[in-house]
Amino acid sequence: MARAISPRRKALTTLAAWSAAFVIFFPVLWMVLTSLKTEPSAVAMPPQLFTADWTLENYAEVWQRSDYPRFFWNSVIIAFGSTLLGLAVAIPAAWAMAFVPGKRTKDLLMWMLSTKMMPAVAVMIPLYLVFLKLRLIDTHIGLVLALMLMNLPIIVWMLYTYFKEIPSEILEAARMDGAGVFKEIVYVLTPMALPGIASTLLLNVILAWNEAFWTIILTTTKAAPLSAFIASFSAPQGLFYAKLSAASTMAIAPILILGWFSQKQLVRGLTFGAVK
Amino acid sequence: MSTHSSRLVARVMVAPSVLLLLIWMIVPLAMTLYYSFRLYRLISPDRTGWVGFTNYIWFVNSPEFWQAMGNTLALVGGVLAITVTLGILIALLIDQPVKGQGVLRILVIAPFFVMPPVAASILENLFMHPQNGLFAALSMSFDAQPILFLQDYPMSSVIAIVSWQWLPFATLILLTALQSLSSEQIEAAEMDGASAFNRLRYIILPHMMRAITVVILIQTIFLLGIFGEIFTTTQGGPGSASTTLPYMIFKQAIAAKDIGRAAAGGIIAVILANIVAYFLMRGIGRHLDA
Repeated sequence: MARAISPRRKALTTLAAWSAAFVIFFPVLWMVLTSLKTEPSAVAMPPQLFTADWTLENYAEVWQRSDYPRFFWNSVIIAFGSTLLGLAVAIPAAWAMAFVPGKRTKDLLMWMLSTKMMPAVAVMIPLYLVFLKLRLIDTHIGLVLALMLMNLPIIVWMLYTYFKEIPSEILEAARMDGAGVFKEIVYVLTPMALPGIASTLLLNVILAWNEAFWTIILTTTKAAPLSAFIASFSAPQGLFYAKLSAASTMAIAPILILGWFSQKQLVRGLTFGAVK
Repeated sequence: MSTHSSRLVARVMVAPSVLLLLIWMIVPLAMTLYYSFRLYRLISPDRTGWVGFTNYIWFVNSPEFWQAMGNTLALVGGVLAITVTLGILIALLIDQPVKGQGVLRILVIAPFFVMPPVAASILENLFMHPQNGLFAALSMSFDAQPILFLQDYPMSSVIAIVSWQWLPFATLILLTALQSLSSEQIEAAEMDGASAFNRLRYIILPHMMRAITVVILIQTIFLLGIFGEIFTTTQGGPGSASTTLPYMIFKQAIAAKDIGRAAAGGIIAVILANIVAYFLMRGIGRHLDA
């Protein structure tokens, strides 16, 4: 940027950019602030900021009342379980599509993505009945399967985009040395594709963590993750603002922190490499 | 490279993904299709039988159906318009040589990581609530009546909540595209005396077209299925003022306990989604180098 910009204009754009970012971020900030107030202070009108009564009690109370650790672990198991299983199924598929593309590879990829457009509500009852028959309702394995299938098209797409960038000469060299397909994947491809696989993992863990339809429909108590925890929390107790905010902060904090670390990869990942 | 045997291996490796997705699609779809032609109410489970197209006819003739179609369109169109327009503006701002770009990105991306029920209940309670919300406080400080967001403007409120969640995605992708634009080109145009508006119109926007298309395509995939935000806030009401097609199906299944009608609605939704998907996929096909 060699353009001469007046200091005045620079100050103005900086101010405008920061204001815009602050407005977008503000609801998250306000939620955290509200979670640290006492209940009367949280609903006080006009809203209190410098005069508020600050406390950590809301967190203690949500923690005691709601069995947060169980919801948290369910979220971890479901988000990571579905993503890891998805990777296990998708890595071979993406490998084949990237390095041995056929005439219909592109159509196949498009078809996979199009399955994501089927409205979940439309097939809710049949899926519920199938899960009921298979005794998968409110189980970890049931949710892991459902979310794995839901995100499989995205996992395949992302991996495919990353694998495409690996020069195929390297694979050919490995093949010359007599490496079989399995060895090729484990010893040559995987180490090179590790950054891509890692960002695919991160993004899909985030998507699975925030999934709030199947997790609510297919669980009751035992396997319910944090999205179900929040849905149950917001329903009856209308005016428990501080506790609602504390519970919400606890539900999103783990993934917000994970997300901040992976935000660079997120853009590339979610656009399937179309925007660089 | 592609010998006969490696082709065979490739097929075997793709097979599990394709098979799993086929089952995931076809089994529920076939069951939905079956129920859509059946009389099946959870209140009277003994009365069953084939009813032909009765469920479909009821669904399409229901006044709620056309409202739901309109609302679905308003939701997808509204969120796309808001996120793309604001996304371009904010991306242009952040792309300027401003201090602390890294922090700005972190602030802007945050809403994307907030799960839908949290986003909806926080905005509904802490901001839009007519007695205790921040917006109400703002109205009152101007001596105005607080706006009853969810009651008087239910659809706009839902659109606002969903837009807040998706604005980061649009902004960051548009920003990424913007940063790959060479500054020489802009400078050359500036030297030639092109005004700021013309630079935007003839250089920056054309360069961003591909990113804009991608934003529209990806967001539509997710927006067509929006459910949690409505469930947490308006429950489709008041009346059916904020009922979208997915939410209407949900109400038929859960509130009315009429599986046959819900299934017919499901099939209609799948057909509509496929029409949209067809056009989107043609667009995405041109823009993604598969």
